[in-house]
Amino acid sequence: MTMTTTAKQPLAFGNIARSNTAVGLFFMLPAAVFLLCFLTYPLGLGVWLGFTDTTIGREGIFIGLENYEALARDSVFWMAVYNTIFYTLIASILKFGLGLWLALILNEHLPFKSFFRAIILLPWVVPTVLSALAFWWIYDAQFSIISWSLMKLGWIHSPINFLGDPNNARASVIAANVWRGIPFVAISLLAGLQTIPQSLHEAASLDGATGWQRFRFITLPMLTPIIAVVMTFSVLFTFTDFQLIYVLTKGGPVNATHLMATLSFQRGIPGGQLGEGAAIAVAMIPFLLASILFSFFGLQRRKWQQGGQD
Amino acid sequence: MASVEFANVRKSFGTHPVIKGVDIEIADGEFVILVGPSGCGKSTLLRMLAGLENISAGEIKIGGKVVNNLAPKERDIAMVFQNYALYPHMTVADNMAFSLKLKGAPKSEVDKRVKPAAEILGLSPLLDRFPRQLSGGQRQRVAMGRAIVRDPQVFLFDEPLSNLDAKLRVAMRAEIKELHQRLKTTTVYVTHDQIEAMTMADKIVVMHDGLVEQIGAPLELYDQPANLFVASFIGSPAMNMIKGKLDPNDGQKFTTEKGIVLPVVKAPESAKGRALIYGLRPEHMTIANGGIPAEVVVIEPTGSETQMIMRVGGDLITGVFHQRISAKPGETVGLSIHAEATYLFDAETGKRLA
Repeated sequence: MTMTTTAKQPLAFGNIARSNTAVGLFFMLPAAVFLLCFLTYPLGLGVWLGFTDTTIGREGIFIGLENYEALARDSVFWMAVYNTIFYTLIASILKFGLGLWLALILNEHLPFKSFFRAIILLPWVVPTVLSALAFWWIYDAQFSIISWSLMKLGWIHSPINFLGDPNNARASVIAANVWRGIPFVAISLLAGLQTIPQSLHEAASLDGATGWQRFRFITLPMLTPIIAVVMTFSVLFTFTDFQLIYVLTKGGPVNATHLMATLSFQRGIPGGQLGEGAAIAVAMIPFLLASILFSFFGLQRRKWQQGGQD
Repeated sequence: MASVEFANVRKSFGTHPVIKGVDIEIADGEFVILVGPSGCGKSTLLRMLAGLENISAGEIKIGGKVVNNLAPKERDIAMVFQNYALYPHMTVADNMAFSLKLKGAPKSEVDKRVKPAAEILGLSPLLDRFPRQLSGGQRQRVAMGRAIVRDPQVFLFDEPLSNLDAKLRVAMRAEIKELHQRLKTTTVYVTHDQIEAMTMADKIVVMHDGLVEQIGAPLELYDQPANLFVASFIGSPAMNMIKGKLDPNDGQKFTTEKGIVLPVVKAPESAKGRALIYGLRPEHMTIANGGIPAEVVVIEPTGSETQMIMRVGGDLITGVFHQRISAKPGETVGLSIHAEATYLFDAETGKRLA
């Protein structure tokens, strides 16, 4: 009898140790703690602050949807929403078009191919603030190299007011964002292009396809899964962009380049209205969710990818 | 349908020559197989015919017309790739109809071409599937279907069976041969498998190191190999090659380096006194009392025949016998060689002398 009782206890412990679920949960613990502390808690706090009238230095009280009601009547907020959507839409389209074009070129047999591929990544590896400062000089009202060159060429007579005019400012920040975002799109799509077997192109050209038809019927359909991933990320990055705008225009002139992220920061930190700033940030969530859902459906395995293996 | 002609065709990748002057004539409707070890240039030659590689020198003609500078799509040829190259995002039907759709053929015409082709290949129930949902053999058939629908002047096959398992390969071999007999389209087929070449071809082109070693009907190559390379490449198991010399007094006796005497029927004068290689196919010998003594090394019974590796003098010889053999490894048997089926090659040039 004693034998069995002593044998039983290590067995019970052994059962737990051997249970895959328990071991799995144990190993997930560090990651879970990390996510809870640095992701869930700030997000939850942000959402909570949006329902309070907290200001810097004063604990707020719950005021329900008051912040949101105020924002709904706030023309600057709606301007920021419009700006953000406009900025994201135009910049993403340009990044996709130019990125795909660049990827297609880099996928050809070029001399110094790996050199060019490395060069392409530069805008992406330079810290955003640094490149934004460089753009600040490029767009400077007096010392802009663009204005200077065009004046030397005799095309214009006075410097272009890049960041002082609302529409010029919008175009300028979009251009800077596109410059920074292209490498990510181009390199990811290039990786996608390289997964398309050369023999498919050969088979298509034997089948009588022209270069455009090969792109339209072979390259593009086979690239769509990767395009969906890349463009989702690109849209998320662009929609939440902050650094570039904050360095270049701080949202000006006359709020023409204020994005939701910059407005949220401005109201919340320099302005001290933490509750209102949080509400603006929370207002971005539906847009981000929509784009994630869009990608979720876009990312679903297409019928031709299902079943069997290669 | 059309004839195909290679005239002194050359190809270099940079300074490295891969095809070193190839002349081949393929008659209309012929089934020609390019065979050779990997790296011999056979696939490159096929890709040059398809227009996927450019030609460094020489001429390629299809139906009498030089195609050197024609784009692949202007050559009216269809190719079956080693990895099939099926469009993964298109159904079987769309894969087969792709070339017709590019031409803008109306739906009725597409159906009229795709349906019979699918019927021939037994693909009718699979037309709505995607390539991933097919087995290897089915994918292979779709690739052929895509070629058939085109009704091209020439079919090209680039090692189409090498991704299939042994059993399926034998079945597809028969299917491709039957297909050719039915359609009678000129076919150029590349393989490294000499059995495939022997069983399917009207004419075999044996290639080695960028050059044509010999062109001929399968049995011609088997019976009269031009040189050592062809002799060792064609036939399975491979021909036995034994170094030695002719007896200076008796032209009907071949003496190996270890002093074993092997029979020869008709040795030309030129063979006398030279370093020679004696060629003996494994199937041209029998076990007989009083034959050349051979020590059994390995016995491999396969049922219909028995393969045996034996030591004769110092040389290892493979034999294939259609009789059951009771000898054990280590024992000595008597070997009777069919002298009329033996070959003599010049050891230096590799050319066949007799």
